[in-house]
Amino acid sequence: MADAVPHAHDHAQDPSGAPDGARGGRDRSHSASHPGSPSQAPRAVLEGPDINRALIRIAHEILERTKGAEDVVLLGIPTRGVQLAARLAKHIEQFEGARVPHGSLDVTMYRDDLRLRPARALGATRLPADGIDDRIVVLVDDVLYSGRTVRAALDALNDLGRPRAVQLAALVDRGHRELPIRADYVGKNLPTAKSETVKVYLNEVDDRDAVVLIKKERP
Amino acid sequence: MKRHLISAADLTKDDALLILDTAEELAAVSERSVKKLPTLRGRTVVNLFFEDSTRTRISFEAAAKRLSADVINFSAKGSSVSKGESLKDTALTLEAMGADAVVIRHRASGAPYRLAGWVRGSVLNAGDGTHEHPTQALLDAFTMRRRLGGLDGRRVAIVGDVLHSRVARSNVLLLNTLGAQVTLVAPPTLLPVSVETWPCEVCYDLDAVLPKSDVVMMLRVQRERMNAAYFPSAREYSRRYGLDADRLARMPEDALVMHPGPMNRGVEIAAEVADSARSTIVEQVTNGVTIRMAVLYLLLGGATFEGGTR
Repeated sequence: MADAVPHAHDHAQDPSGAPDGARGGRDRSHSASHPGSPSQAPRAVLEGPDINRALIRIAHEILERTKGAEDVVLLGIPTRGVQLAARLAKHIEQFEGARVPHGSLDVTMYRDDLRLRPARALGATRLPADGIDDRIVVLVDDVLYSGRTVRAALDALNDLGRPRAVQLAALVDRGHRELPIRADYVGKNLPTAKSETVKVYLNEVDDRDAVVLIKKERP
Repeated sequence: MKRHLISAADLTKDDALLILDTAEELAAVSERSVKKLPTLRGRTVVNLFFEDSTRTRISFEAAAKRLSADVINFSAKGSSVSKGESLKDTALTLEAMGADAVVIRHRASGAPYRLAGWVRGSVLNAGDGTHEHPTQALLDAFTMRRRLGGLDGRRVAIVGDVLHSRVARSNVLLLNTLGAQVTLVAPPTLLPVSVETWPCEVCYDLDAVLPKSDVVMMLRVQRERMNAAYFPSAREYSRRYGLDADRLARMPEDALVMHPGPMNRGVEIAAEVADSARSTIVEQVTNGVTIRMAVLYLLLGGATFEGGTR
């Protein structure tokens, strides 16, 4: 199935290394789903507008739970979480006129699986100018899977300041947690098998919005 | 990336850019209140220094500690080396202690290369004789890139005692890899044999090169390595090859002045030039820690290398 769309390699750039083996948009051998393509073609779980609808709902939930998003800082985990955090900030500003600072938090140096693969390039960490002390930090990631990325993110936050509270938003929760971690805001709960791969494509980096479920059929 | 960092020539352009980009992200760590990352927890880095060094040893030590590695400092003075222990036996001792990386400085060119054949961990050359000093070249390139934005097509003059300089060789190789144009400026007596095979130009006249340089890197006159008269007097050397305020004024306005340190103020560089706003000398030291963190992370942070058993 990897040969379904051979021309698709030019996007899904991922210079920053992959926090989870099965995280969205990270597997380079990705393929797109064409209507009417063979039955092996990956299934698009969310398409273009679905993603924004989910984000709009999450934005409302953040506003509701944090009572107006005062003191909220959105931190996206590279790579796709960064764009998601920026979109959430935009939505929140549209709804309430409140500017929510957003940034990125690279967790590579805090991962527990560094020794399983060759050293990887680092992503960017860009904190808002006012920092995170005493703020409500909402971590934003594309796919929540084992929970190990989030654990690394919590460790990284610990070295950067002392937030009043930390919450987690994920576009897709695909289950199979290996740590006691859950999301506060979920775009879509997606039951998956461990053998499957979830990929997230975003307009900003991939020229399309989609969440795709790929079944591995190799022996 | 290879398993060891022995020569700047070991680095492809992609390797070098990966190190510089990694350092760019790690630079922020040095500005935080908690200047520490857990990445190399449980790894051991041995600083094996057979030659005097202040900034390089401290820099490697700080870099390793900021990545949570354990650091063992070894200096030849006060060790079994003064009882006549060979480099190989010293290396095997370190090996038995479980060193994941050995940072070596040695007066003999090629010592790190020999060491790499004896130990299982990564070997990082921190200066071998008059051969190479790759992390210095990396931190110089990093400093230039941060100040100038990029290195492609930039003109760099390396001035002074090229003959005894490991910094010059590493810089020529690395800057060439990164697309900069290097000109060596020195009296003929202080240029190495077969310098014409190096990927750079050579000029004997500093004043001709200055106005068209984006970076002027001054090298220390290494008197401790000079066993002959390479120039008539320090004053004459200083007049022809020293960077003073007059010469600084003739450089392009945004050109940088660099020096790998330690400086001989008044010989190759005037005090007022060393302390001017265009000098990056203190910045180079700060960037040294950052670039060494990047190198240690990239060599030790990941999984097993080919031929390595980590």
